[in-house]
Amino acid sequence: MVWLNAIVQGVLLGGLYALFATGLSLAFGVMRFVNLAHGDLAIAAAFMSFSLQRTFDMNPLVSLLIVLPGAFVIGYLLQRVVFDRVVGVDPAFQIVATFGLSMVVQNLIYEKYTADTQGLDAGSLDASGFALNDTISIGWIPLITLLGAVVVLSGLALFMKRTRTGRAFRATSDDADAARLMGIDVRRIWAVAMALAVATVALAGVLFGIKSSFDPFVGPARLIYGFEAVIIGGLGSLWGTLVGGIILGVAQGLGRQMNPQWGELAGHAVFLAVLVVRPTGLFGKGQLR
Amino acid sequence: MAERMLDIQSLDVVYGDFQATFGIDLHVDTAETVSIIGANGAGKSTLLKAICGPAAVRNGSISYKGADLASVPAHTRVAQGIAMVPEGRRIFPSLTVDENIQIGAHTGRKGPWHRDAVLAAFPLLERLRKRNTDGLSGGERQTLAIARSLMANPDLLLLDEVSLGLAPIVVKQVYEAIPAIKAQGTTVLIVEQDVNQALSVCDRFYCLLEGRISLTGTPSSVPKHEITEAYFGLTTTEGGH
Repeated sequence: MVWLNAIVQGVLLGGLYALFATGLSLAFGVMRFVNLAHGDLAIAAAFMSFSLQRTFDMNPLVSLLIVLPGAFVIGYLLQRVVFDRVVGVDPAFQIVATFGLSMVVQNLIYEKYTADTQGLDAGSLDASGFALNDTISIGWIPLITLLGAVVVLSGLALFMKRTRTGRAFRATSDDADAARLMGIDVRRIWAVAMALAVATVALAGVLFGIKSSFDPFVGPARLIYGFEAVIIGGLGSLWGTLVGGIILGVAQGLGRQMNPQWGELAGHAVFLAVLVVRPTGLFGKGQLR
Repeated sequence: MAERMLDIQSLDVVYGDFQATFGIDLHVDTAETVSIIGANGAGKSTLLKAICGPAAVRNGSISYKGADLASVPAHTRVAQGIAMVPEGRRIFPSLTVDENIQIGAHTGRKGPWHRDAVLAAFPLLERLRKRNTDGLSGGERQTLAIARSLMANPDLLLLDEVSLGLAPIVVKQVYEAIPAIKAQGTTVLIVEQDVNQALSVCDRFYCLLEGRISLTGTPSSVPKHEITEAYFGLTTTEGGH
């Protein structure tokens, strides 16, 4: 039964990884863009929520009503002002630009909040949950996180499949030059994609901040898990991202069950195994579907 | 006098150090069908690209319905009525056939072409509508690309090498669609390596040679050997082989 519990907790943790990974998958799918500051933007969102809690005594889950629209606008502007210059050029420029942004974000947070470790307090939801039986109990926050990931991914999938803008997203992902010939404002599509990417990772950041403590420099470690989830699931595949996140979470849970020190190691091992056996990931076709 | 739809004057387009066109003067009047013929690398596609999107224009101008296009972004040109069937079809693989048709109407420009009209003009697409585009033949893809561009309800339709890579019988079928497009009053500018096809449907033609216009006229008024000479850049005029 302890093994089953490890799997259940792994699945729940997978929801968080999927949320970290969704924006990476989206940005890569729509414009072949890799944002190394992705994890830092999540942490910035957690600090934004922290400020709202400290100043207005706002529950972090309520603060999402402010943080998510704010993240959406920041993502849109980041794309228009900074990232547009490095889309469609040598990926080395993307790495340098977004790595630089990562440094800037970390240090701005450090300037304002110092290097102290912080946490978000979600009140009675924090560290509470319900028991399925003697060994398996489910926390409210991990459950909300997993459901949040499912809702976000379902919403994005419906948006892609059913809406006129979603169709333009897919066309831009396939061939940006041909999309322009259809009258699609490709730069606007890219900006909306980045806005959605930053909003989803802001959600991940706030939920992460409720679950764990954080400081200005933990973003890159979050980025690694996001990348691993994306690559296990397959680059550009939205549902693959959820599956990738869950596989990573379960691998870590099982590893930790074997030996408390093996959790992260088991996750990395599964990631490497997928990379060797199926480099395009489980659902990856290099296209957004 | 017919209204001028497109007016290109003294156009030089450059790619880095390479100059693709030299002082091109070309115009297309409303409801006219004009072909640009020329060998590979003559600068034909460069010309079309400069009409439908910002290009590195060093000298000269392109005006559409009397307004200069230089500062108009590519997607806005579509909204203004310029649509293109690009070389190589450029069908979107993530979209179904039906979605590929519908995305042509992205700008929402009003006109005679809507989905039902397009499906009536190209019955072949009706039965493919729900399929994805993976298994389509070259001819089906080209038909889809033309249908998609019509959904934009263009006033000026640019066709870039539509015959490329297609069997002669399929080329003939594709070209049979052009009279129906002209019948809607659409102005058509065709770029084509297949001289016979291009001349069979046009009112006037331009022949390009190494980035310059080497000949212009109407298909009926210019003798075939003159076209051949202008196409290949031959200097002999009589009996020279």
